[in-house]
Amino acid sequence: MAERMALTGNDSAAYAFKQINPDVVAAYPITPQTELMHKFAAYVADGEVKTEFVPVESEHSAMSAVIAASLAGARACTATSANGLALMWEMLYIAASCRCPIVMPVINRALSAPINIHCDHSDTMGARDTGWIQLYSENCQEAYDNALQAVRIAEHPDVMLPVMVCLDGFILSHTLEGLEANDDETVRNFIGEYERSDNLLDVERPQTFGAFALQNYYFEFKKQQADAMQEAPAVIDEVGKEYGELTGRSYGRLDPYRCDDADVIVVGLGSSMGTAKQAVDDLRDEAGLKCGVLKIRCFRPFPGDLIRQALQNAAIVGVMDRAVSFGLGGPLFHEIRSARYGGDGPMLNFIYGLGGRDLSLDLAKDVFRNLAEAKDSGQVEPVVRYVGLRE
Amino acid sequence: MATTSLKQLCEMPDLLSGGHAACPGCAGPVAIRQILLAAQQDDTYVVASISTGCMEVSTTVYPNSAWRIPLFHSAFENSAATISGAETAYRSLKKQGKIDKKIAFIAFGGDGGTYDIGLQSLSGALERGHNFTYVCYDNEAYMNTGIQRSGSTPKGAFTTTAPAGKVEPGKRQRKKNLTAIVAAHDIPYVAQASPHRARDLMNKVQKAVATEGACFINVLSPCPRGWRYAPDQTFQIAKLAADTCVWPLYEIEDGKLTINYKPREKKPMLDWLKSQGRFRHLFTPQNEHLVEEIQQDVDREWQRLLTLEAMGKETAQ
Amino acid sequence: MAELLKKGQMKPGAVAEAGSMARLNTGTWRTYCPVSDLEKCNHCMICWLMCPESAVQVEDGKKVGTNLQYCKGCGICATECPVDAIEMKLESEMSEDEKKG
Repeated sequence: MAERMALTGNDSAAYAFKQINPDVVAAYPITPQTELMHKFAAYVADGEVKTEFVPVESEHSAMSAVIAASLAGARACTATSANGLALMWEMLYIAASCRCPIVMPVINRALSAPINIHCDHSDTMGARDTGWIQLYSENCQEAYDNALQAVRIAEHPDVMLPVMVCLDGFILSHTLEGLEANDDETVRNFIGEYERSDNLLDVERPQTFGAFALQNYYFEFKKQQADAMQEAPAVIDEVGKEYGELTGRSYGRLDPYRCDDADVIVVGLGSSMGTAKQAVDDLRDEAGLKCGVLKIRCFRPFPGDLIRQALQNAAIVGVMDRAVSFGLGGPLFHEIRSARYGGDGPMLNFIYGLGGRDLSLDLAKDVFRNLAEAKDSGQVEPVVRYVGLRE
Repeated sequence: MATTSLKQLCEMPDLLSGGHAACPGCAGPVAIRQILLAAQQDDTYVVASISTGCMEVSTTVYPNSAWRIPLFHSAFENSAATISGAETAYRSLKKQGKIDKKIAFIAFGGDGGTYDIGLQSLSGALERGHNFTYVCYDNEAYMNTGIQRSGSTPKGAFTTTAPAGKVEPGKRQRKKNLTAIVAAHDIPYVAQASPHRARDLMNKVQKAVATEGACFINVLSPCPRGWRYAPDQTFQIAKLAADTCVWPLYEIEDGKLTINYKPREKKPMLDWLKSQGRFRHLFTPQNEHLVEEIQQDVDREWQRLLTLEAMGKETAQ
Repeated sequence: MAELLKKGQMKPGAVAEAGSMARLNTGTWRTYCPVSDLEKCNHCMICWLMCPESAVQVEDGKKVGTNLQYCKGCGICATECPVDAIEMKLESEMSEDEKKG
């Protein structure tokens, strides 16, 4: 029986971990991920999970340990934020390249300097080329649901890639929300068992993992990884559909909101899309503006075709980035513009919320108004605009 | 019962094949063979990790590998964290009845991967007390990338990043005493060994593997390329290291230190320094004073070990 | 040279077969070749233990020769032999018959 619970984002990910009941969890504390690990460590201490918990001395070692555990046939998870993710950088590539289906909630936080503990997406955006699948969550319910689905997606034999479950630091991680949790048995049946045919602990069939591969082989391994990413969309859709049949909450790679007749569409990731949805409702009522929101749940692999399709009737599109690629603009904006290459109307890029700067409902509405104005005037310069910034 | 008898060992399957690409005369493969032979006996299997370095690049070149045990190379600085993950997975799966084999976990790393970039990972794994043995093969520089100075390079040695020049005498700093740093973690077993005394090395491996908890063995691995001596001299050089006490062979069992080899006549460091081209520049008027300093450093460490050994005996009485 | 594996034949994650380096030939590195006098040899197995190439061949507890597919000619065996039963000879001056290790 599903149960209604009040959980923070960290609690919801910890509860998902409890139900996943991984063989190994290795983690290192960093704000705002800490409470996820406190909660999970308490489950371990109370014997509510079978997990061996390794409180490592750094995020680099956390990722190193879960990679080896995963190769050894253990279902392995970790979690981190910002600088912790940055310290893992080298190992993120190795996790994906060694085809380790690790599930890692990343509690999104701004990177230093200056040091800051609050939300933006500069951490996971920087990791977009590491070979990990990335799912973004709008609320605590989604964080919980994404974590469970991540196990199935990661371990699918056609995929075998690690998954980051991204949720906004503090905005979600420390905010109590009502959500519906599945019962343990439903989760157990849904995720199944982890099996690895080429296994580090298979002592009777010893093999060497992570061998040195030169010019004659490295390239083929990279293409294998690219192929696995190519297989992932079908798996993500299938798992999202099955999860829906089981729980009543189905998931796609995109989540369009009132886009069908919309002239003005805002695209983005994470919790601010909830605020943007409210802005859409308000602006449709107050100003008769035909507007909508296209929330991207799955950022890697990038659903370019779906996005292009979803935006084809929009007169103008605004892409909201909670990160900057310095010298370029917002990373999401550039990927979407590239996906829409060859026409499809004007686009603006809104950089917002760095270091936890709040995106209020008023600011979200300003984004839509700004877009409507540009649509009417045809004036689209500057393309990159900053939201809620003091000049 | 685990054995170190040569007659019996040479009947056992060789766990590191030939065909690897280590330089001629390299001590590394010899040490690894001895360690694997000693560890994988009776009903015990070995699973290992190895850090990036000479031994990794020369023994695993896809699609080939010289290793006949399961091996994982992950990165440079994380051999200890890697083995932590594998050993934890084993504990978890064993507890669940999913695996029944007896497995000894060994993490290999060179001095760069152990003394320097991997020191944090090693320290963390030792402190957490995973059931594994860390083996450092110490060739006293970053040999794989071209003989760069490491924290393990001894004072006065030539390296490509601390070369001897008109005003510089090679490395100015002392070698880091890693074995002492590891011993300060109060783990149950710590040792220094050398493959020229194979039985001693293999005994130490068997002790470490049989000991519950984190163990550490620092193995001297002379390098003909980096140390500048003829490849056939590798074990003569290793022997000289023990005879000059520049590389004392000792072990610390639950805090009690035992010196396993005391040369009848401690040879002067001059013999050591003259045996290798990496010290050649020390024999010039401007650098001569370093020879005396190096001798004093070695004497002091040897005296420290003798004192610690004597203290242990007193406590036992 | 063995034919390269195709993408579909490669296990994802650079997983290599154990002991497969045994099929490679590092004997071509050699300048000096060990020649063992098996009459003089006391089968102490020190050369077997000290050989970096796992090249010393043993049968029934006795040394029978050197595997020249692997031997790189480092000369450790000759230097360590306690009864001087191994001689390093310049290979370019040796007859095919002599090259038996």
